[in-house]
Amino acid sequence: MEPQDYDIDEADLELPTEAMRINMGPSHPATHGTVRMVIDVDGESIKHVDVQIGYLHRGFEKMCERGTWTQCFPYTDRLNYVSPMICNIGFAITVEKLAGIEVPERCQWYRTLLCELARISDHLTCNGAMAMELGAFTPFLWMIKARDHVWDLLEEETGARLTHSFARIGGMAKPPSPDVKARTEEVMLALDDILDECGKMLFKNRIFLDRLQGVGKITQAEALQLGWTGPPLRSTGIAYDVRRAHPYLKYAELDFDIPVGTDGDNYDRFMVRHEEMVQSIRIVRQCLQRMPDEGPINADAPGIVLPEKESVYTTIEGTIQHFKVIMEGAKIPAGEVYGYVEGGNGELGFFVVSDGSGTPYRVRVRPPCVFTLQGFPRMIRGHMIADIVPTFGSVNMIGGECDR
Amino acid sequence: MSQHLVEKLKTKFGDRILETHSFRGDESVVVAPSDWHVVATFLRDDASCDMSMFTDITVVDYPNRDARFELVLNLYSLHKAHRLRLKTRLYDEVEFGDADPAHPTRVKTVTDLWAAANWFEREVFDMFGLRFDGHPDLRRILLYPEFEGHPLRKDYAADRTQPLVPYRPEAQDKLAPFRADEGMPFGRKDWAARDVAWSTDDIAHNEQHLAGAVVVDPAVKPS
Repeated sequence: MEPQDYDIDEADLELPTEAMRINMGPSHPATHGTVRMVIDVDGESIKHVDVQIGYLHRGFEKMCERGTWTQCFPYTDRLNYVSPMICNIGFAITVEKLAGIEVPERCQWYRTLLCELARISDHLTCNGAMAMELGAFTPFLWMIKARDHVWDLLEEETGARLTHSFARIGGMAKPPSPDVKARTEEVMLALDDILDECGKMLFKNRIFLDRLQGVGKITQAEALQLGWTGPPLRSTGIAYDVRRAHPYLKYAELDFDIPVGTDGDNYDRFMVRHEEMVQSIRIVRQCLQRMPDEGPINADAPGIVLPEKESVYTTIEGTIQHFKVIMEGAKIPAGEVYGYVEGGNGELGFFVVSDGSGTPYRVRVRPPCVFTLQGFPRMIRGHMIADIVPTFGSVNMIGGECDR
Repeated sequence: MSQHLVEKLKTKFGDRILETHSFRGDESVVVAPSDWHVVATFLRDDASCDMSMFTDITVVDYPNRDARFELVLNLYSLHKAHRLRLKTRLYDEVEFGDADPAHPTRVKTVTDLWAAANWFEREVFDMFGLRFDGHPDLRRILLYPEFEGHPLRKDYAADRTQPLVPYRPEAQDKLAPFRADEGMPFGRKDWAARDVAWSTDDIAHNEQHLAGAVVVDPAVKPS
């Protein structure tokens, strides 16, 4: 009988390939997020990918032009729905820049704390899913468990696990809960352990390393041309982080490092996110130490911030002010600004235009993951179809933010 | 913050810089559409400007103005850490056509300067109907090819739906209260008062929509 396991290299055999166009998505189980890819392949190597987005388009920018400024917050929740708090606070910071308000010290610390918790939840989701896509199901479950700890904490603070709608123009909806510090410290201790364990599971795993290292590479120059920001840009070695380059809230006073990669491949993106979580935990701990327990949470800006409930219920002035802010909306002065924060995926920017009425004239969001996704065809060219899944995972495309 | 950039542009281009604004630390510069690509190239290539990062491109629609579209390009320099907003004003192609030199409706694409501009210029086209000369792949990006009109224009009613597959009759009772007199206003208050023409169309549209007809708005030309 002929031996079946002959070596192909030695055999005088070349498999004929022919160019083929295949369709992936829009509802593909391996791409979490509704996106369609039209892939030109030759054999199994990818020649070109046309990425088509927009399946989750809801008209965020159009909807924001309808209500008051405050009514935009629930829409911003649904931009990046794994770190909605950063979108909330980013929008609040932008409108405050336009209105020329500064929030009190305690609120700034509180916002910094919440932003970092959101960042941890964002990176846990991305890295967990990426590990799962390579077949490592346990780290996924551990990371999702860790994310649930963070979400429990956010639920305790805001009343909602996911769509918090918690920021307000000139402050937050509620002051920090009395035991926020103790509870956060507990969660951070749990997170330390989980991140450590996940690292031990993955970082010496041959399959994990082989599937990620050298796949989906991009150069610094290309990343810059494509306008990348956030972890994907930092994975190529450019240390641009809005928190460091243009500090907002309390980031100027905090001690943290900005992890960078060297190759810009999937492995670097994974490791940058992993290390950023460790840095975020450091930031959270510093916030816990330095956040004052007493003090106002809302700015003193009548006509924009709602008055205290006590004065609403006891004085006619308070009642009228409350009514006007709710019904007519905060009268943000006419003008236009671009405000930006470091989101989970990169620079999350809002370009807002006000005409002085209580309604936004134009709200534009700069979605960081669209920039990264736009570079996807360059990252995947020449690789195999199986590499699409982890590479797409490392882009961390979030449908709500990508399609708006 | 980046006032020196504005000064630099003024010395380089003189009268071709039409307006400059400074508000809350944001600098913006307005140029003519014909200078759009020239100024953008200068901002990217000049060593002291060094705008290496394309941040965003978008449009603000002012339908009361003659040149209703304000095209806004946000740029950032990674090494110099400064930002600048470059703007130009364009006319509506539906109203003025694309060959009238007194009423420019298009600019040259900046995809040759920043590859990132590709998808975002497509989005501007999709949402506002502005075209870019020399864009390699100008198709709709967020909406489907069959979509009619450009939804972020102020005269596109916010509640107008264009389902590819008509709603089932039993589903219509479950739609949101989309009549003009119900729920939240779908346009700005001053808009509804000023521009009666489209708000009555809007109501007619809603009634047709609720009656289950597939509506094509005759006012909006297909792109």
